[in-house]
Amino acid sequence: MSHGTPEPIRPLTVLVVDDDFDLLEQVVSILEADGHTVVKAHGQVEGEEALLSCMPDLAVLDLMMENMDSGFVLCHQIKRLFPEVPVILLTAVKSATGLDFAARSEEAASWTMADVILDKPVRPEQLRAAVQRLLK
Amino acid sequence: MEQLRILIVDDESGMRAAVTRALDGFAFTIPELEADVTFTVEQAGSGEEALAMIAASAPDLLLLDHKLPGISGLEVLAALAEAPADKPLDLLTVMITAYASLETAVVATKRGAYDFLAKPFTPEELRTTVRKTTKHLLLQRQARRLAQEKRQIRFQFISVLVHELKAPLAAIEGYLNLMEDHALGDELAAYDGPVGRSKLRVEGMRKLIMDLLDLTRLESGQKQRDLTIVDVGVMARKAIETVAAEAAARAITIDLRAGGDVSMSADPGEIEIVLNNLVTNAVKYNRDGGSVTVTLAADDERVTITVADTGIGLAPEESARLFGEFVRIKNDKTRSILGSGLGLSIVKRLAQVYGGDVGLVSEPDVGTTFTVTLGRAGVAQEAAVLP
Repeated sequence: MSHGTPEPIRPLTVLVVDDDFDLLEQVVSILEADGHTVVKAHGQVEGEEALLSCMPDLAVLDLMMENMDSGFVLCHQIKRLFPEVPVILLTAVKSATGLDFAARSEEAASWTMADVILDKPVRPEQLRAAVQRLLK
Repeated sequence: MEQLRILIVDDESGMRAAVTRALDGFAFTIPELEADVTFTVEQAGSGEEALAMIAASAPDLLLLDHKLPGISGLEVLAALAEAPADKPLDLLTVMITAYASLETAVVATKRGAYDFLAKPFTPEELRTTVRKTTKHLLLQRQARRLAQEKRQIRFQFISVLVHELKAPLAAIEGYLNLMEDHALGDELAAYDGPVGRSKLRVEGMRKLIMDLLDLTRLESGQKQRDLTIVDVGVMARKAIETVAAEAAARAITIDLRAGGDVSMSADPGEIEIVLNNLVTNAVKYNRDGGSVTVTLAADDERVTITVADTGIGLAPEESARLFGEFVRIKNDKTRSILGSGLGLSIVKRLAQVYGGDVGLVSEPDVGTTFTVTLGRAGVAQEAAVLP
């Protein structure tokens, strides 16, 4: 894939939630470079507020924000409100703890309700690939 | 009122009754611990019975006669010493020896008895020994509790520190990933933002490490204090100079008001840390075009440093926790402001070292005024460093 010219997919509205200013900006700049419209939320509380006023085509959520499980909580809320909206969950759990909680397994996916789980900090190519796959 | 339990072990029922009379309801105060203590007395007629009672529910004090019909008092002590190392018995033993036998008393003390009483003894002698033993027991318990709390606090501190050190690394790594993949296109200018943010996070990390060093030196108490007469006015001007460029860039004016002699006995490096933290914060958390007023005053005993800003201010609940370690108020207004979260906790500790304190008055979007008092005589006691 050539740089700066991603595969053409229709422009989306993406909700991005992260309590770290920089990690949020990184995901936002990747998505905006691909022509998507981004709704930013700094943390779980702002994320919940954003869900009251917009229905995104896709959500990218950090796992640990105000609480250890903020991302899970938001993910469940999104799936309850908008069952069709795919969710990408970002976690630093593996690099933070050395534990791999096998979130990618079928079983884990069923209880996290996330469609894709990516390690933080996210690689642009991985994020793009995940977006493409989810919205095909 | 702390209710302690005493177990008297003696085969003579008259002795048990006398001890119970002397101690049941006996109450006194330990001023050092601000503790009021009173007792209830339980009785055992043999070593075997005592061990069974202790196993069921250990008393606080054990009054143990040596000469018992079955196993001896010393054998009871030996059995108690076999408690598992990770769960030692939390009780003190006073050995009661017949005929003032010093030899038994010495052996008993070696085997873990705290004190001994020689028969015959008066109720007053008994109470004096119980009082002394109780004080030792409670001090020992308090020391253990404090050590435990300290370990807990240390553990929490390190957990937060690890998180605070990892967060900027993740942010910088993320930006490097963007650059490596040319994720923002081939225009170099598109990467100015990520480069700027990365440098900001590096600087923040450096600041954290420097503050951590200051804090470690303070905590260890190993730093040699270089006490001399310090003119706080001169130090304040220096602190203002170091932030002058940043203040000018944001059109923030800094005013210094000092009346009379504001010198004190201090380590200049430590006064510099206090002033730098306060003045830097007053600029960092100010609005563009705002002002900072540094006021120095002194009476016979203390120097008072007041730093007032016209910045973003703090809500009452934010003020309450501001001096804790790694407390940074996170909101829209503070997001791009660097800070380790340690500066004010360092200021508070230093103020305490100098026999003073720190306080603040704040109103959101109006400003914050910090007031630090420092004793002019300098560091009163090295012990003052300990929290």
